[in-house]
Amino acid sequence: MREMIISELIQALHDLARGFAHFLPRLIVMLILAFAGWVIAYVVKVVLRSILKLIKFDKLSENAGASQLLTRAALPSATELLTRFVFWVAWLGFILLGVSVLGILGLQEQIARFFLFVPRLFVAMFILFLGLLSASFFSRAALLAAVNANVPSPRVLSLAVRSIIIVFVLSIVFEELGLAEQTMLVAFGIAFGALMFGLAIAFGMGGRGLAQRFLEKKFVRGKKEENEDELSPL
Amino acid sequence: METKLAEETFLTDDFLRQLINVGEVDILVGLPTHNNAKTIGSIVHTIQSGILQCFPRERAVIINADGGSRDGSTELVTGASIDDVRPASNLYALRTLHAISTQYASSPASGVALRTILAAAELLRAKACVVLSPESANIEPEWLAKLLHPVRRDGFDLVTPTYRRHKFEGLLITNLLYPMVRALYGVGIREAYTPEFGFSSRLGSHFLAQNAWNDGTGGTGVELRFALAAIAGGYRICQSFLGEKDHIERHAADLVPALRQTVGTLFSALEPDFPVWSTVAGSRPVPTTGADQEVLLEPLRVNRKRLREMFSTGVAELESVFESILSPSTLAELQRIARQGEEEFHYSGELWVKTVYEFAAAYQRSVISRDHIIQALAPIFRGRAFTFLMENRDASAEDVENNIEGLCLEFERLKPYLLQMWKSRE
Repeated sequence: MREMIISELIQALHDLARGFAHFLPRLIVMLILAFAGWVIAYVVKVVLRSILKLIKFDKLSENAGASQLLTRAALPSATELLTRFVFWVAWLGFILLGVSVLGILGLQEQIARFFLFVPRLFVAMFILFLGLLSASFFSRAALLAAVNANVPSPRVLSLAVRSIIIVFVLSIVFEELGLAEQTMLVAFGIAFGALMFGLAIAFGMGGRGLAQRFLEKKFVRGKKEENEDELSPL
Repeated sequence: METKLAEETFLTDDFLRQLINVGEVDILVGLPTHNNAKTIGSIVHTIQSGILQCFPRERAVIINADGGSRDGSTELVTGASIDDVRPASNLYALRTLHAISTQYASSPASGVALRTILAAAELLRAKACVVLSPESANIEPEWLAKLLHPVRRDGFDLVTPTYRRHKFEGLLITNLLYPMVRALYGVGIREAYTPEFGFSSRLGSHFLAQNAWNDGTGGTGVELRFALAAIAGGYRICQSFLGEKDHIERHAADLVPALRQTVGTLFSALEPDFPVWSTVAGSRPVPTTGADQEVLLEPLRVNRKRLREMFSTGVAELESVFESILSPSTLAELQRIARQGEEEFHYSGELWVKTVYEFAAAYQRSVISRDHIIQALAPIFRGRAFTFLMENRDASAEDVENNIEGLCLEFERLKPYLLQMWKSRE
């Protein structure tokens, strides 16, 4: 009996030692992968930072209105934020790769899902950036056109343009990320519908005179406008 | 020449065939058109009269570059017979006067039209060329001589016109284009942006060879680019007095396109021309045949109140845009005068020049979309126009000229301010 117990204990110790011997190289591989990942992520970060500085990414982000948002949120510059993000995503990718080498059951599937999610995250960020850029551009274009055409409340018009584009872009971003797709779809439908309905009412109620003047100017010949006596600039 | 025709030219085969039929010419008259049937017939007759009167021994051709007219403009050009002119003028040409028309595109583009005319001039080896506007209803036969003789007889390369204008006409030219071109390039051309000008073959070839035809702008302001290329290239320039300038009725909406054609073109030329204008100090007058500029003084109905209101609204509404373009002190000063009433409102020459120079520097840096920078200048210009109208309301022709001269000197005095901004950003 005693010998059996000792034998079982020795067997258990042997199994433990075998298991440890089996696990240790994988742990080392994971650590190597994590270290190599850190080095690669750091190099990618440095290279990316140089490229972004070269293409004046901060200026682009300033034009897009993203820099102002970051400053308000006490975050670093757009270049710094993006390079840090890429660094962490890259390093985390290597760490998860290392973890998958450990062969822990249940983690494999989660890691695979993470790697499938990363490209979508990048695409979503890219769409968000382009969306902010175009929202800024078109809202400014609307503001300038409205001011030069002497349209009343140009800033409201500009804000409306910006809001519509941002709402539209956010809905695309959430759809791309696969987050609360149904909720976002319904929310977008309600928000967009309400906005259009509001604009239709506002235009109908407040824009009657404007529409009348526009139609008169367009179709009624011989009606002189007060602003026709503006001087020729050339 | 054949290799060039076959491989390099953008001209159509049919147009090339017609040019080959013409052979070499002494004088080329370029006529860009787009749905100008109302005026083009009389303009072609005036050109024919001008050639009969002033150049009866020269080989001449009219080149019509058309941007997709659908009203028969091109047929009117090619169908106009010189025999219709002869009985009235009692003059006879010793050479055949050719008239060729080509449609370069289905929509008008002034750059492509001028390029077509320049290419034709180069192929025909024209010694002197003139471009005329198809809208110049008051064109006279003498205009041809006035624009061509300085090239033919005196060896000038570019002849720009001067006009008899109302003191409040062409405010963008008198308050910005003329003084700024003069201050930066050191050459006092009154009408650097003009649809009528004469030029030599060597200047035409020089401009044609410049590879700036496919910049995506469709040639907006190409006439100004042509004049600036002549200045930057050190070509001989003179002015010739033509008479009264057509009054084309323009509306408020025309200001932004006018700014694009003039100020946009000038600002975009400053970057490649920096080595030229950065070394120029002071300015010199351009030799002028006839009057330098005649000013008409009759009363003119102008909606001054609207000008000032649009300035004030613009300064208030575009604050976020101006923050990217203007220095804090200039913006603060603009905001101060925007709050002033009509009587005390005064947009000084110094502040105007600083504003324009800061816009030019912002354009160079592309702080926002360049087209947006140009559009943002429109309300500010209205403020300056208001002050100019108020200052010169009861002014004589001499007073108006003195005020414009004062503004030119202000542009010259503050040129180091622009240079400082320019260099600090390079």
